[in-house]
Amino acid sequence: MLRLNDLTKVYATGDRALSGVTFTVEPGQVVGLIGPSGAGKSTLIRCVNRLIEPTSGQVFLGDIDVTKLSRRGLRQVRRRIGMIFQEYALVERLTVMENVLSGRLGYVGFWRSFFRRFPPEAVEKAYRLLDRVGLSDQVDKRADALSGGQRQRVGIARALEQDPDLLLVDEPTASLDPKTSRQIMRLIVEICDESGLPAIINIHDVALAQQFVRRIIGLQAGVVVFDGNPADLDAEVLTRIYGEEDWSATIRKADDEESGDAGDDVLPKTSDPVSEVIDRERLAGLT
Amino acid sequence: MTAVAATETRFAQTWSRPPFIKRRGLRWTLYGGALVYLITAISSVEVNWVRVWEGLDRGLRFIKGFLVPDFTSRWGDIVIGMQESLTMTVTSTVVGVAISVPIGIGAARNIAPLPVYAVCRAIVALSRSFQEIIVAILFVVMFGFGPFAGFLTLSFATIGFLAKLLAEDIEDIDESQAEAIRATGAGWWQIVNYGIQPQVMPRLIGLSLYRLDINFRESSVIGIVGAGGIGATLNTAMDRYEYDSAAAILMLIIVIVMAAEYLSGFVRKWVQ
Repeated sequence: MLRLNDLTKVYATGDRALSGVTFTVEPGQVVGLIGPSGAGKSTLIRCVNRLIEPTSGQVFLGDIDVTKLSRRGLRQVRRRIGMIFQEYALVERLTVMENVLSGRLGYVGFWRSFFRRFPPEAVEKAYRLLDRVGLSDQVDKRADALSGGQRQRVGIARALEQDPDLLLVDEPTASLDPKTSRQIMRLIVEICDESGLPAIINIHDVALAQQFVRRIIGLQAGVVVFDGNPADLDAEVLTRIYGEEDWSATIRKADDEESGDAGDDVLPKTSDPVSEVIDRERLAGLT
Repeated sequence: MTAVAATETRFAQTWSRPPFIKRRGLRWTLYGGALVYLITAISSVEVNWVRVWEGLDRGLRFIKGFLVPDFTSRWGDIVIGMQESLTMTVTSTVVGVAISVPIGIGAARNIAPLPVYAVCRAIVALSRSFQEIIVAILFVVMFGFGPFAGFLTLSFATIGFLAKLLAEDIEDIDESQAEAIRATGAGWWQIVNYGIQPQVMPRLIGLSLYRLDINFRESSVIGIVGAGGIGATLNTAMDRYEYDSAAAILMLIIVIVMAAEYLSGFVRKWVQ
């Protein structure tokens, strides 16, 4: 689905953010991208839709080489790539509905979008998505009137409004509390599973990555130093990614949360209607 | 106990902020030089005390005139002057803002391509480099006495003011919001409309109202050089030593400026 080939980014300052990054994301696969600050995680996902221009290498979305596209072609590819941001990046003075509909901008002309006359199916989809993320009753509120968790739900709805073939997620939980973080991560992963949507999720919280994704790529100074199963993240691997540190607590914490959260915050067990209801409630924007 | 105390490091109990200029000699030279310059500058100002004394008398008559402002005897002239000034103010603000917005967008480095940026910045610099009175004199020479010259002057001045501040506001936006819109595949105009306009709109409205305010005040100044409006009426009253009528005009100007101030404050709070 997505193939990065020898992707390299050198900034004008001479900083080498990415060096020969090569990997493939299969359809429906959710990849967690971990690494220390400044390892190039944000640069990497922005190179995929060329919000940052890669210096060399290729990005293939299906058969299209994104790096070779003209402006027009790039816009058409961008609308197939949904993006969810750190700090939400909602347009704060616009309503929730306008923020979600802005996911549709690549498909409608300027005047239509200027007068907010979006096609009925786009509006219907926006309502459906807001219902899915539990914000049906916040449609006309301004984005800056929402809480952090609610804002990120709007961000998710905006990305999905694009009908994307790929999700790029940049530190979705960086400014959220631990509980809301887990709800947001769960929502993203669930949605990806529902529609077989592949995703790359930048995340600095190792425990959170281990809990929710099934493949982890570790980035260190712009180089892929780990690519594998979350279960294989041990002290040796974490040292390779982040450097020397006492990792015993981090690794154990992930396990603890897995078991300790069971009654409270983990995916509802298949045959437990009560916790399913509670979880639905939580998703309905009570955060 | 004592052994422990003996090994403890002793810390100072006083601390003062490091001086702004580190080198002591340079510091005293600069401060002393500034003081000497100030004293010599003040002592070099020539004051004609006889003239001041005579002026005080005239000032007293002016203040007396103020105590009994005369709205009636020149009321017709005042109404015409006010009408001209208000018309000038509103039209020049509307036209000025309409022209400033595209120039301001073009003068924002983060969204405009370099050639457009250079041209728009040049327009802004040109408009800002001339004071209103000089521009007014020029337009009066070109188009004759009257409010049309004033209208052109104020429109021209508005462009420099508003386009510059709008451009700076656009350069200060939260880039991540615009980036998110760009990531959806939106076109340039859509990015401006969705990612940037909502962020700068409150300030644009606030600045426009503030400029309306300034334009009214300026309209009373440029009238003195012949660009029409209440300034011309005021100038005539002063020339005729009709301080009571002049006082009436000044009071009306103050009332209108205060009303505009109050109104714009209210609107600004409302659009936040």
